[in-house]
Amino acid sequence: MNELALHILDIVQNSISANASIIEVIIDENIDKDLYIIEIQDNGKGMSNEVLQEVSDPFFTTRTTRKVGLGISLLKQIAEQTGGFLKIVSEEGKGTHLTASFSHKHLDRPVLGDIAGTMTLLIGANPQIRFLYIHRTPLSDFEFDTKEVLVELEGTPIDHPDILKALKEMIEENLEMIESSH
Amino acid sequence: MKVKSLADLKKIKAQVQEKIKLREQGENADKIVQVKVAMATCGIATGAKDIMTYLINELDFRGIEAVVTQTGCMGYCYAEPTIEVIVPGKDPLIYGFVTRDKAKEIIDQYILKGEMVDGVIPITYKTIDE
Repeated sequence: MNELALHILDIVQNSISANASIIEVIIDENIDKDLYIIEIQDNGKGMSNEVLQEVSDPFFTTRTTRKVGLGISLLKQIAEQTGGFLKIVSEEGKGTHLTASFSHKHLDRPVLGDIAGTMTLLIGANPQIRFLYIHRTPLSDFEFDTKEVLVELEGTPIDHPDILKALKEMIEENLEMIESSH
Repeated sequence: MKVKSLADLKKIKAQVQEKIKLREQGENADKIVQVKVAMATCGIATGAKDIMTYLINELDFRGIEAVVTQTGCMGYCYAEPTIEVIVPGKDPLIYGFVTRDKAKEIIDQYILKGEMVDGVIPITYKTIDE
């Protein structure tokens, strides 16, 4: 798991399992403050305080197929390795907001990787979910919202492979224009 | 033309609509193959994202009507990446240790020709005695 994009893919699975209908991925690059912040927000069923206490324990999971739940604990570990932190706020019936903060320039901060591929994979597999992806750099912001995409598509399925390829290209091109870090 | 904006996307839309119309004339819903890719941490860490992308593109390229989705952990973490393949009229099969080559083999041999391919996870496969 040497790309932040893969960790994001992993955490978003939790949001999907929580029956979220809106999932927002925000990446904020603040080079002046040496911060690389990832936020994942959903409107899923949320977690109780009891579950929230345990959620970063790798041996805690709500799954029944296995006894470990590594996604959050792995992300927490890599954030802390760069001197950062992981914070989760959640309310039952409302949703969950996860924040992973990294030192931008720290050598242990994994590269972002293929975030465009990750987002389009998520969109393709879950066309009924509204995904937002916001990426901020010192140069500019890029905002992507599947709700807007659907308006443009006028009924053409968003999960058609050609559309997904086009969306991937669109995200990649825009990330390059705002000079996002790798 | 590189797709940079929503306006560019609109141009692609027309081409895709044509493609869909052509497909719909030939196929019906009973023939749709379903592929589910396990996308939990174990799957992602071993390359499931790449496999899923490959499957989506390859099935489309080959003109095979298929729906590729992701699921959570199916419990076979030791054999990731794992995929479940449901060919219409047949029992679901779960394959483990799926590489790109294996995925291609599954498409060519199992999905297209109905021939068994190595790598089925035994627990999910019934023998003819059962």
